[in-house]
Amino acid sequence: MSVVIKNGTVLDRRGEQRGDVRIADGVVTEVGANLSGDVELDASGCMVSPGFVDLHVHLRQPGREEAETIETGSRAAARGGFTAVVAMPNTEPPHDSLAVVQMVRRLGEQAGLCEVLPSGCITMGRLGETLAPFSELAAAGVHIFTDDGTGVQDPLLMRRALEYGKSLGIVLAQHCEVSRLTEGAVMHEGGCCSRLGVPGWPSVAEELMVFRDIELSRLTGAPVHFLHLSTAKSVDLVRGAKAEGLLVTAEAAPHHFTLTDESLSGFDPIFKVNPPLREAADIAAVKRGLADGTIDAIATDHAPHVSESKEMPLDQAPPGMLGLETSLALSISELGLDLGQVVALLSWRPAAIAGVADRHGRDIEVGAPANITVFDPDLNWRVTAAGLASKSRNTPYAGRSVRGKVRHTLLRGIPTVIDGEAQR
Amino acid sequence: MKHLRSIDELGPDGLRHLLDLSDHMAEVNRRPIPKVPALRGKTVVSLFFEDSTRTRLSFETAAKRLSADTMTFSVGTSSVNKGESLRDTIETVAAMGVDAFVVRHKSSGVPWQISRWTEASVVNAGDGWHEHPTQALLDCYTIRTALNRPEGFDGLHIAIVGDIKHSRVARSDVWAFAAMGARVTLVAPITLLPPSLEGWPVEVVHHIDDIVDKVDVLYMLRMQRERMHEALVPSLREYTANFGLTPDRAERLQTHTLIMHPGPMNRGVEMAVDPSELPGSVIAQQVTNGVAVRMAVLFHLLGSGSGLAGEA
Repeated sequence: MSVVIKNGTVLDRRGEQRGDVRIADGVVTEVGANLSGDVELDASGCMVSPGFVDLHVHLRQPGREEAETIETGSRAAARGGFTAVVAMPNTEPPHDSLAVVQMVRRLGEQAGLCEVLPSGCITMGRLGETLAPFSELAAAGVHIFTDDGTGVQDPLLMRRALEYGKSLGIVLAQHCEVSRLTEGAVMHEGGCCSRLGVPGWPSVAEELMVFRDIELSRLTGAPVHFLHLSTAKSVDLVRGAKAEGLLVTAEAAPHHFTLTDESLSGFDPIFKVNPPLREAADIAAVKRGLADGTIDAIATDHAPHVSESKEMPLDQAPPGMLGLETSLALSISELGLDLGQVVALLSWRPAAIAGVADRHGRDIEVGAPANITVFDPDLNWRVTAAGLASKSRNTPYAGRSVRGKVRHTLLRGIPTVIDGEAQR
Repeated sequence: MKHLRSIDELGPDGLRHLLDLSDHMAEVNRRPIPKVPALRGKTVVSLFFEDSTRTRLSFETAAKRLSADTMTFSVGTSSVNKGESLRDTIETVAAMGVDAFVVRHKSSGVPWQISRWTEASVVNAGDGWHEHPTQALLDCYTIRTALNRPEGFDGLHIAIVGDIKHSRVARSDVWAFAAMGARVTLVAPITLLPPSLEGWPVEVVHHIDDIVDKVDVLYMLRMQRERMHEALVPSLREYTANFGLTPDRAERLQTHTLIMHPGPMNRGVEMAVDPSELPGSVIAQQVTNGVAVRMAVLFHLLGSGSGLAGEA
């Protein structure tokens, strides 16, 4: 069976070119004019790009299936244009054993909506005390190791993790938060939390760990990836480290370039996230970092929560917000970048960090695995919580008008989304 | 106005209106039978998720003197910590037919959340470190009557001393005093100030001796003993030495200076002198005025304009 994506504009590293794309047996078989196939997908007015890769999603399974499952999260991912997602390890139990990692991968395959790449824990139970079995997990295909949700506090343990992991070719990804400085913290520390009488999460708690890990990367020669950068100074630190040629990469989440701490002035926990929403100057710095390549990838930190938990008092509600189905639109609407830059941040650059550049983010040429996203960059739409495929509803963007929408997504040549509708 | 959640949403005009209304309520309270039918048929529910005997009794007395029906719902904070849905609680109680919720909660912002889930009026009786607007109203009312300032506080200098950072009283008083026209000075070590005072209508000093002989009102905040364990002050002894009202400092006060405290007091810490021996102390009046002010608030939010005439 062949699939042809018709009347679109192919957009990849090489630039834009008009043309139809024919796919068979999971790979691109022809790019050209007036192609035909068994299934034809219209792409008029749309970009046909390599599939998106999200370095940072919480799929909640195992343990929190009431908020999201690997299947529902994969469906949200496919609708957001993602063909691969890195599943964060803070499940119950966490990704510190072969059994859990293999189960996550298998459930992803069964759902068949995107490739689910389990991350591994840096420390057993994410407790920051002893290392997880890196080589056993790496042998099972785990590439990114992180204790996300919490940072590795002990600098000696982090050094050892970098040294030990270096020979395995894996990447350690840090959630930068010196937890002693954020005990009880609810939102960004600044003028807004001062007025609201809410405990603050100071920017320096992130920046200290970014600085520490840059220096540990220098010391060990091992790569470090920085998760969800949120402050201007963090972006500057990473920019400086890259200028020195250090092996650091970084991601930023859409909410950190679209929303400020002022969003919390009505005390709605829907806006509570970790690291917290910061100030306009931080947003500007994150945008600059995305524009100049300091930040390598847009990653959603998709964090589903059941509605009851977001109806708790602000200081008790869990942090996190949905992201998979709004990431492309917010990136197009808010960053002011060329579409080529936006797709780089969503596709081939995160694919390289995730270690899946052999099959995701590839240029659309004959022989390439057909992991492809077709999106309309000009379609205006309004976000509604009920319109999302995620099992949870905690989007901070409900009611917001945005531009750019995924139309079709193909995973290994099979359409997982057609005209915005998930196919399974 | 539907809710009273913060001083800010009340505004300067609303503040003055409530103070004027409080005069009428104080007059009601002086009657032989201090009760009027103004809120007959209205139901006021006190939702206290955090213990507070004085504020709860003050609100309940206020509601009863206006002939409202009252219900009290006291919840240990533990049940909320166990994940009990605040929304379910509110919607259940609201279904019984409620006109106003008076809410005290240890978490900042809860009155805002509640107001999104009910049609009833919400009165903030203290939320976390955030606001305690009826305390600020009764403080303004106390200053206004004690210093005979019906027109406003222009030219008055008020110092608020102590743990501003964790104080909902301070967060309401600062804006209320400033709205009345006063000059406000905060007196605290930097560890007990909010991380940012940008946009606050205040000056700051770091020692009580800098202002004790200059101010018209000395507002002492409660210093909680557990703050010592958070490395915010080295010791209570040092706190008292730099920020406490001692007999020596009491000697230096101007004769007209008012001493205020929201209660409950920490004797020997912020109040290192017996307040009953201070001629300027209006701490007891603050409590008395609380009832009249809370009557004014409930009447303003729930009253149908039938006035205060008649007896219940």
